[in-house]
Amino acid sequence: MNWTREVSRAVRSTLVLWGVTAIIYPLVMLGVGQVIFPFQANGSILTGAQGQPIGSALIGQPFTSERYFNSRPSTTNYSTANPLADEAGILRTGISGASNLAPSNSALLDRIQGKPDPNPEIAIRGELPRLQAAGIQPTADLIYTSGSSLDPHITPAAARAQIDRVAQARELLPSQLEELIRQNTDHRFGGIWGEPGVNVLKLNLALDMLKPSNS
Amino acid sequence: MLQGWIQILLTLLLVVAITPFLGQYIAHIFLGKRTFLDPLMTPLERWLLSCSGVRSPENMTGWQYASALIFSNAVMIIFIFLIFMLQRSLPFNPTQLGAPSWDLALHTAISFVTNTNQQHYSGEVTFSYFSQFAALGFVMFTSAATGIAVAIAFIRGLTGRPLGNFYVDLTQSIMRILLPMSVVGAIIFIAAGIPETLAPPIIVPTLEDPSLSQAIARGPVAHFEIIKELGENGGGFFGINAAHPFENPNGLTNLIQLLLILCIPTSLIYTYGIFANNLKQAWLVYVIPFVVLTGFIAITAIGEYNGNPAVNDLLGVDQAPNLEGKEVRFGWAQSALYAVFTTASMCGAVNSMHDSLMPAGGFATLSNMFLQIVFGGQGTGTAYLFAYLILAVFITGLMVGRTPEFLGRKIEKREVVLASCLILLVHPIAILIPVALTLAIPGIAGMSNPGFHGLSQVVYEYASAAANNGSGFEGLGDATLWWNLSTSFSLLAGRYVPIVALLLLADSMSRKQPVPVTIGTLRTDTGLFIGVTAGVILILGALEFFPVLALGPIAEAFQIMRGIG
Repeated sequence: MNWTREVSRAVRSTLVLWGVTAIIYPLVMLGVGQVIFPFQANGSILTGAQGQPIGSALIGQPFTSERYFNSRPSTTNYSTANPLADEAGILRTGISGASNLAPSNSALLDRIQGKPDPNPEIAIRGELPRLQAAGIQPTADLIYTSGSSLDPHITPAAARAQIDRVAQARELLPSQLEELIRQNTDHRFGGIWGEPGVNVLKLNLALDMLKPSNS
Repeated sequence: MLQGWIQILLTLLLVVAITPFLGQYIAHIFLGKRTFLDPLMTPLERWLLSCSGVRSPENMTGWQYASALIFSNAVMIIFIFLIFMLQRSLPFNPTQLGAPSWDLALHTAISFVTNTNQQHYSGEVTFSYFSQFAALGFVMFTSAATGIAVAIAFIRGLTGRPLGNFYVDLTQSIMRILLPMSVVGAIIFIAAGIPETLAPPIIVPTLEDPSLSQAIARGPVAHFEIIKELGENGGGFFGINAAHPFENPNGLTNLIQLLLILCIPTSLIYTYGIFANNLKQAWLVYVIPFVVLTGFIAITAIGEYNGNPAVNDLLGVDQAPNLEGKEVRFGWAQSALYAVFTTASMCGAVNSMHDSLMPAGGFATLSNMFLQIVFGGQGTGTAYLFAYLILAVFITGLMVGRTPEFLGRKIEKREVVLASCLILLVHPIAILIPVALTLAIPGIAGMSNPGFHGLSQVVYEYASAAANNGSGFEGLGDATLWWNLSTSFSLLAGRYVPIVALLLLADSMSRKQPVPVTIGTLRTDTGLFIGVTAGVILILGALEFFPVLALGPIAEAFQIMRGIG
């Protein structure tokens, strides 16, 4: 075995294949994306009335008040932080994450049902008590945290369970909200693959269009 | 529930439907027959090979093939390790990320070159766009092509042909299979919503509370995502992998990913059938992993559909799906399907968090990685399957008192030693010994869940490394010096020892004088023989790991049935 020849072939083929797969291929794909599909290629960014970015059609946002349809609980609060107090640097890169709690872990039950404690620092409010206080019939997606912590959807059942609460807060008719939910539901691919989901950010934007929340 | 089963069934049917087409295409490439890309690729490949110093490719022996493979992989490990360490000074680093620790960079380099893509980091906060596309994206192609090359060399040897030339097989796998499919797939992915941009993360005020800002990470994801699934790589651009809406935004992208994850390992069995001129045997062999796959999907899906009994009690219902760590758009069915596909094929991409799967899902995903032949890794899975076939020939030969033969070639001591010791025994060694060490040394395991599930976390991490899968029970605190170095050992042992042994085995099979088929020859293309092979796989591959399964997911299942205390 000739070592120099082996090493030389290994190095040369690495560089040749690197040029093809790591430089030419990504550049061509970037070009295709930016020229033919600029909206999707840049993250499906939604813009407001003045053209300013207000979120992504594919990424959820936190909603907990009665004026909006609430989103799922998130371990990273949907990659958000207060820009004035972002010690963890979340706003520098954006983050994703999950609880990774095992089904047998009692911490999962504590998080769902809450765990009162005299010390408010370690007391857990719990998803179920929060939903019950808000008058929302709990569904599985509203008590379990998502895989990415950025889930843009809630199930149609979870959206319907919130209609009365939002209708009351906004003084709208439940039938108007049902229509908005229908318009902002993403369906299964080909009617077969995946599950239907209501895009919470788009639904709430439509809600604001219908009746601004500060009115 | 019925709708979920229809999704699963139709996906499986599509997997089978793709097999003969892709399998035949792969066979034609490596048999030197005409394919539709010839006019473009033949001159291009010749030029690329001559630039690589391979002007007149010679047929390699088993040792030569293995040494070329190891040299080229070693160069790639060093190359991408340097890119990671220098990323602060390299371009396309909009979030100004510094170099990772040396042990994390080393683990990542080894993990990606071995086609594992085990990640002890979160992509968006660790690696620059350049490190992602120029280092990780690069070895996603070469490591997958290395696997295909090994499978082709193995099939050639088994069917009495010379093994071929590693650099030719490597280049052809990329230029004729991986790259063309990636180009088409990446365009579909971009159209479906996966970003492909060099722009930095975007900061927006949230709608409900404008004093709170959201950072939306993005990047050149689509071209990376496609080779990640097609090459059985599985390393996510983002920390949370294909659960991230930018990696897998809808039912269409999820379906494409599922099909890509399994298409090459399934097709290679058909490719073998064409090489051996025995498609009947190929389809019979296909049945073994397919039945196991279907069974694992069923138990995983039932577990996730029925959900967590303790949580169902809180909800006051008998059944609610376990959606912890799952996305609404995938639900229980697509999440369970993805979890089993990705561990079956050694892809390791995830669209739900395996740590939060019910024990049935933990059992299925772990078992997939123990067996390694439920279609298995890119190329290597097919080769392991045939190594089992050779052992089954040997065992049945002993039972009936005949000289064992496979495809008219005698199986002798050397072949059995290679197949049993080096290919099949290295796997338990690379898993169970480091597990025992990690549990024995106090304070290094980093388990995030208590009890039986904690053990499963440790076992899963080493099984994933040794099987070159790359998924994880990600709650585990694995970004430590111990975890980085000890899993690096499992990654290297689980990848290169079996590959060298497979190539030597193929070499010695190809050199044997074929013996004529007589009435006394043990036929290897019958249902009975395939049944025996399945038994051998169960006894050799599964039983050695049964104790850890009993202490991990099985015990956890009983714990949940009794009620979480």
